[in-house]
Amino acid sequence: MACNCHCNYSAESDDRYQKLENIIREYKDKPGALIPVLHQAQQLFGYLPKDVQTKIAEGLNLPLSEVYGVITFYSFFTTEPRGKHTIGVCMGTACYVKGAAQILKELQEQLSVEIGGTTEDGLFSLTVTRCLGACGLAPVITIGEDVYGRLTADKIKDILDNYRENN
Amino acid sequence: MGFYRTHVLVCAGAGCISSNCKAVHRSLVTELQNLELSQEIKVVETGCIGSCDLGPVIVLYPEGVFYQKVQPEDVKLIVEEHLLKGRPVQKLLYQTNNEVFLKYEDINFFKRQVRIALRNVGIINPEVIEEYIARNGYLALGKALTEMQPVDVIETIKKSGLRGRGGAGFPTGLKWEFTMKASGAQKYVVCNADEGDPGAFMDRSILEGDPHSVLEAMAIAGYAIGAQQGYVYVRAEYPLAVERLAKAIEHARDYGLLGNNIFGTDFNFDVEIRVGAGAFVCGEETALIASIEGKRGEPNPKPPFPAVKGVWGMPTLLNNVETYANIPPIILKGADWFAGIGTEKSKGTKVFAVAGKINNTGLVEVPMGTTLREIIFDIGGGILGGKRFKAAQTGGPSGGCLTEDHLDLPMDYESLTAAGSMMGSGGLIVMDEDTCMVDVARFFLEFTQDESCGKCTPCRIGTKRMLDILTRITQGKGVPADLETLETVAKTIKQTALCGLGQSAPNPVLSTLRYFRSEYEAHIYDKTCPAGACKALLAYKVKPEFCKGCGLCAKNCPVNAISGEPKKVYTIDQQLCVKCGLCAQKCPFKAIDYR
Repeated sequence: MACNCHCNYSAESDDRYQKLENIIREYKDKPGALIPVLHQAQQLFGYLPKDVQTKIAEGLNLPLSEVYGVITFYSFFTTEPRGKHTIGVCMGTACYVKGAAQILKELQEQLSVEIGGTTEDGLFSLTVTRCLGACGLAPVITIGEDVYGRLTADKIKDILDNYRENN
Repeated sequence: MGFYRTHVLVCAGAGCISSNCKAVHRSLVTELQNLELSQEIKVVETGCIGSCDLGPVIVLYPEGVFYQKVQPEDVKLIVEEHLLKGRPVQKLLYQTNNEVFLKYEDINFFKRQVRIALRNVGIINPEVIEEYIARNGYLALGKALTEMQPVDVIETIKKSGLRGRGGAGFPTGLKWEFTMKASGAQKYVVCNADEGDPGAFMDRSILEGDPHSVLEAMAIAGYAIGAQQGYVYVRAEYPLAVERLAKAIEHARDYGLLGNNIFGTDFNFDVEIRVGAGAFVCGEETALIASIEGKRGEPNPKPPFPAVKGVWGMPTLLNNVETYANIPPIILKGADWFAGIGTEKSKGTKVFAVAGKINNTGLVEVPMGTTLREIIFDIGGGILGGKRFKAAQTGGPSGGCLTEDHLDLPMDYESLTAAGSMMGSGGLIVMDEDTCMVDVARFFLEFTQDESCGKCTPCRIGTKRMLDILTRITQGKGVPADLETLETVAKTIKQTALCGLGQSAPNPVLSTLRYFRSEYEAHIYDKTCPAGACKALLAYKVKPEFCKGCGLCAKNCPVNAISGEPKKVYTIDQQLCVKCGLCAQKCPFKAIDYR
């Protein structure tokens, strides 16, 4: 089964599934194994897609509903793949009037993703945030923990290229 | 072990790591290697020294010289001047307006502290078990196992007057006794390291800076109650704590201090780490137990208490990190020593995480009963920018605020509760005149609402309704009936919510209503925010008497809401103004008023 993160892996050729089985085997008979297994699985895959959830449920002999219930309860677990860098576009008032919408549009075009989406290469996820309180620097975006202020649409490409090159 | 003429302690606490202490450490090591001094001078990476805003900090022993805000490029100077020529580097010393401080112990921030729980934090390398042992580590465990009966251990803890440091302040010795007396095929010792209060980081500092103190205490607890297995439940957000704890467990096993036949006795005890997954409610003990069992971290009604029915339905002793860190010194120095510190009903010390609008932020450990004034002004160095103290929030989202009238209040469990706040885990957020108390209450409600697990209706729906009302008030849409509704809903949630999270969620609102009711009223009746923080209630206006007509405001206004002619008073069009505040920021004459 191909996973849905566009990474072109299939279960057969992907040694991560073998590793997952090893993790499950290691924890199988330990009480309270589910959360430690989910942590390791997420580290392995970057997120917890449905086929991984199914494998864990089967391996630990738990209903899939319980596995899903635990995953969605804890904010640390995600069922959607996330990019290496999360971009947050401030949509506070000051940023909005200073052209955040254009910045967002430029980012969407350059990355070919919608809000909440992740690029095909898995490098960037695009999100929209509430006011970051950096109105004096408007418009502002954050990439991971880096803050970029006083942006114009034409600066976006260089900023993104920097992350692409350092990858 | 080699002999070193000088030890250079580099703080590697979370605060200093973010101000790049790793680079300072690296260049120190390289510089000493280049000068072939590595055999004479030892560089030690320690846990958090406590003065987070001064980072990166280093302390040089034996003199105890304290350097602050050290940059990698300062290292050469320290090595050449201080370490080679014996001359302290003046520019890196801590200074206040009129004084320069050479030594760590002379600085008010450190001088007035009494460190019991933090005794080793910032002094030893947490990754080297020998350093812990050299500071009497595992001696208390040895004493308990070879000289004391389990009942003696419990009696000592009871007599010491130690109370839980995680929130409610339940007497620790009693908890131990209940768990010992409960019957079960197995018993468990659990350390609650799910420190979720925004603004509290003492548990992280202990786990990162002195993990063995927690392991030793858990083993003592295991001996006292008859348990062989311990769990430390740590938040996923503290990867360094998890890493150091895992190393400490491994080293303790290698040394026979965990495992079978500890100290040659027939006592067996081992510890396992359970990493949380980002749920604030898991700090509540029944939710934490559910999470250890691999389930959704939802709380359960009490009774039965964990002492009777905890992990896997077995009697479980649950204490917080700071509580455990106090145990070994109590066993070694005796109950009377500990009971001699603090107030009548609150014994020992408390670690406070001081943050917000205060000069010296960081961790401070002081005897119970120290006044708020001493903590904020003597140790904390007063309010940032010389502004006026307005309030201090204690107990995080479960607590309340203390006002100017409480500055001489002794900080202990009873006084804080009587003042409508609580000790909680010891977060202390200082606020000044620019902080809006309604907005603060809204902020905390937003937090608890987000973290509510949704199991019980009062918390799930009640906090949502309260947040709606508070948001409305801060947006200038409050109505007179709102205050009464807030109070009614708050009281109902307190009485009916299932767990501590819900029961205490209304506290910040009730407390601010009690002490800052006039601020709520100003938002509702006058549609103004006295602190000038709630954007919707601000109106930016030019003060004609100050305006010189320079036009800088108009040039910077993103929406062209400001107009005027050079050298004449400018005006702001309220219809166009988006209240971004840029004009007030840019005006060189402070001619823009917004309160």
